[in-house]
Amino acid sequence: MFDWLQSFADWLIYQVIGIAAESQLGVALNFFVYDVLKILILLFIITVLMGIVNAYFPIERLRDFLNKRKLYGLEYFFASLFGAITPFCSCSSVPLFIGFVQGGIPLGVTFAFLITSPLVNEIALAIFLGMFGIKFTLIYAITGILLGMFGGMVLGKLKLERYLSDWVQQLIQNKNKLQEDFETENTPFLQRLPYITQEAWGIVRSIVLYVVIGIAIGAFMYGYVPENFFERYLGDGQWWTVPLAVILAVPLYANAAGIIPVIQVMVVKGIPVGTAIAFMMATIGLSIPEGTLLKKVMSIKLIAIFFGTVTAFIILSGFIFNIIFTTL
Amino acid sequence: MKTIKILGTGCAKCKQTETIIKEVIAKEGIEANVIKVEDIQDIMAYNILSTPAVVVDEVVKIKGKVPSAQEIMAALS
Repeated sequence: MFDWLQSFADWLIYQVIGIAAESQLGVALNFFVYDVLKILILLFIITVLMGIVNAYFPIERLRDFLNKRKLYGLEYFFASLFGAITPFCSCSSVPLFIGFVQGGIPLGVTFAFLITSPLVNEIALAIFLGMFGIKFTLIYAITGILLGMFGGMVLGKLKLERYLSDWVQQLIQNKNKLQEDFETENTPFLQRLPYITQEAWGIVRSIVLYVVIGIAIGAFMYGYVPENFFERYLGDGQWWTVPLAVILAVPLYANAAGIIPVIQVMVVKGIPVGTAIAFMMATIGLSIPEGTLLKKVMSIKLIAIFFGTVTAFIILSGFIFNIIFTTL
Repeated sequence: MKTIKILGTGCAKCKQTETIIKEVIAKEGIEANVIKVEDIQDIMAYNILSTPAVVVDEVVKIKGKVPSAQEIMAALS
């Protein structure tokens, strides 16, 4: 699909600028040009697609769906899936959280949504697709959704309501007064499209810098770090790399746009895939700033339980990936 | 005179919303009182699920996105 871009990058770097294809600088620059362009194109396409999905399934409607239907245990799956398709903004996670529990959605189901929402988002998916290809992207997305689902189930079983802030508990008590007020927009699709593309363009523009920096670091490593460099220290058989990577990653608050290109190169240079994916999930899915935001609605203890459960599941997925990919 | 409230916990999008609203009312010469609401409890009183949101005279007009100048005009009229 992107052959033409590769030809363009080859032409630009090797012929126009005239750097030898064999040189480290040439390899690095070629990688940079090709990847930046490819990622930006994919980002734009995927944010437009997500924008279209969201235009038809606004968050209010999703909440309504979770609330009104009898789903026989599948509500965890749906909440997690909805978390994946709604755009994530860390500043919206608190209103969402309260809006869900206030609307009568069980805490565990709300957590399922909250886990998947940052983990599987349009930006992470687009960059994942660009760097790792379709197979890995699907594996990543499906794992993310399952992780949210199981994480939510476990947290739901623990009966954690009493660890919510007092005012949130009161909100849950008077949940009945919620009215359904989401407007069903009847604007025809073609009239909405310009707005959706405009919005997508805005998202792409806002993260361009992170993409460029991430890919620049990745490109540098691609050209200059020797093959199998990481394998010597962190390669297969070193089971402890997974928990170590996750524990290092939780406090990191990196933009998915910046971190994925770097990780991809590390995989090329010998980091096991499961370790890499676990690292990414921990960086994207859990962060200190998110924790501080959540402090307004829940006790530190609940945040710790929430983060701990998600961390445990991420480590587990890392192990599973490493087993799957070494046997494949 | 209208009262415009911008609901948001202080994220980048909320600040963008504030800037664009101030630009629009300055340009169009609209008299309005612009208030930023950052406390989560006050925000949740408006029963919204995503921020930033724009409230004009206590009615939620825009939610979950940074509005365009036209949308602000529509919300104010």
